[in-house]
Amino acid sequence: MDNLNNLIEGFGHILTPINLLYAFVGVTVGTAVGVLPGIGPAMTLALLLPITFGLDPTQAMILFCGVFYGGMYGGSTTSILLNTPGESSSVVTALEGNKMAKAGRAAQALATAAIGSFVAGTIATLLLAFVMPQVVAFAIKLGSPDYLAIIMLAFVGAAAVLGSSRIRGFASLLIGLAIGIVGIDRVTGQQRMTFDLPQLADGIDIVVVAVGLFAVGEALWVAAHLRRKAGSVIPVGKPWMGREDWRRSWKPWLRGTALGFPFGAIPAGGAEVPTFLSYVTERKLTKHPEEFGKGAIEGVAGPEAANNASAAGTLVPLLAIGLPTNATAAIMLSALQGWGLDPGPLLIEKQPVLVWTLVASLFVGNTMLLLLNLPLAPAWAKLLQIPRPYLYAGILFFAAMGAWTVNGQAFDLYLLLAIGLLGFAIRRFGFPVLPLIIGVILAPIAELHLRRSLQLSHGDLSGLVGGPVSWVCYAVIAVAILWPLIARLIRTAGGNGGPGSGPGQHTTISTEASA
Amino acid sequence: MTIVIGYIPTKQGEAALTAGIEQARAHGDRVLVVNMARDDKLVDAHRAPSSELDRLDRDLAESGVAHEVRRIEHGTDPAEALIDVAGEVDARLVVIGLRHRTAVGKLLLGSTAQRVLLDAPCPVLAVKPR
Repeated sequence: MDNLNNLIEGFGHILTPINLLYAFVGVTVGTAVGVLPGIGPAMTLALLLPITFGLDPTQAMILFCGVFYGGMYGGSTTSILLNTPGESSSVVTALEGNKMAKAGRAAQALATAAIGSFVAGTIATLLLAFVMPQVVAFAIKLGSPDYLAIIMLAFVGAAAVLGSSRIRGFASLLIGLAIGIVGIDRVTGQQRMTFDLPQLADGIDIVVVAVGLFAVGEALWVAAHLRRKAGSVIPVGKPWMGREDWRRSWKPWLRGTALGFPFGAIPAGGAEVPTFLSYVTERKLTKHPEEFGKGAIEGVAGPEAANNASAAGTLVPLLAIGLPTNATAAIMLSALQGWGLDPGPLLIEKQPVLVWTLVASLFVGNTMLLLLNLPLAPAWAKLLQIPRPYLYAGILFFAAMGAWTVNGQAFDLYLLLAIGLLGFAIRRFGFPVLPLIIGVILAPIAELHLRRSLQLSHGDLSGLVGGPVSWVCYAVIAVAILWPLIARLIRTAGGNGGPGSGPGQHTTISTEASA
Repeated sequence: MTIVIGYIPTKQGEAALTAGIEQARAHGDRVLVVNMARDDKLVDAHRAPSSELDRLDRDLAESGVAHEVRRIEHGTDPAEALIDVAGEVDARLVVIGLRHRTAVGKLLLGSTAQRVLLDAPCPVLAVKPR
């Protein structure tokens, strides 16, 4: 009952003109960047970071979450109309959605994506409101060793479970950790990896890293691949659904929600895995198997619901324990740190207004998104006609300005360019970005918990294994790392390779998604 | 001789096509229909779908005019592409469709028609849709 009261109070706070305006701007920008391939919520949040440090944290978080939710909506439009996913979370939508568009059913595909996203977003946000306080109640008892174990789990999950190659995942993670520990050691006051440059003594600002990786890296990548044949305009009409479409869509929406929410909440879950699982489930359960591969509406409805539900799921660990599970959440976390708020179980106690207004804003934003996307999808698709040089010139301008405003020194611009080149290189060589950004942002927190645990146990390594939580985390980590070996043993021993199929499929889908 | 027609799937493009074919009939010329899509856009509204180009090809074959339909998918400037083609085939005439542009619109986005009119190596016939 307490949660409900808090939530209603949150609605009271969100329903002010200025907060509604921030939510509206957020969802509008989010939809726009979702529609544009290559430009996602993570890049947008990185570009917005320097601007929002001057804002009220509540309003800025409303803006951020609007962008995050909006990106999930917008991505489907591009997937369906262009067969190019606007976001990695919409990769699967393209499979059936584009086939539907080619068969002249673009309107129905867009409608089921938008309405499904709304249904899933609303249910999942409600779940968020009820699950998050439970997680907080649980997390508040955790000690440093447990936190360290959970962060380690997030590291390993991001590096080993997602992505095409574990080696690349771990390499990416280590680059991130290396960037993350640059600066003065907070315990001993020593300078680490500063190369005697006074500008590095405070560490590398997260704005510079995020903007360099997402904006400059992506711009360089696009510049290297600028030439690409244009597509023709696909006539859409007004999105609508017939009775048959509704009947075939509502179950996939609910199943997609059920898959998306928990996957969003676990470390390294993200939106890619549940969308793919939802697609596989729908293909298995459908009464129209002959339509799959030719434009089955279930194949759009399920994954689109799953990616919105996972967005809400992502906010559970972020708000409850300060653990980001995807790149966008990682940047939100650094924003919270930037305002001097301490993300973690105490956040909801110290900043109840922020947290509950934010949750309420998600409901409002979700409704706005339905109204923005359902009738206006053809208008959003017009964004695809903007010549890319114009777009990326704008992005680079904002990126450079953002990096400059951090400290007002030219050194940050050189650093921005260097990190941009790094961002280009990891795209070129197929390294995943997620472990890198999570490494940068969580490195100081992980180190804090590591050293605190070791201080408590006077340097004894057994102090790192605190309680049942860390036991479970380390066990899962061990399984995740040794999985190829275990899978091989199971296959040679048992022969009926049933259990091996799950993770194998994860890898195939996230390979495409990591770009 | 060859008449080069700048074609886009709009009423301006259709007007240019009609006028170009009329000219070709009257003087026994060959027509070269050019459709340009910019490669720095993800979607270009001026790109004629393949089905439409095929239909064009069939219609021209039926009408008995010697013809070629060409799609250009590289580059970012339709005016330049059209002028290059005109030079390449030593065209007698370039036919384009015109639409009204405000002074501000021209300042911001430029005008393809204006550049073709000024820079083409041969006479240009600019038509307005009726």
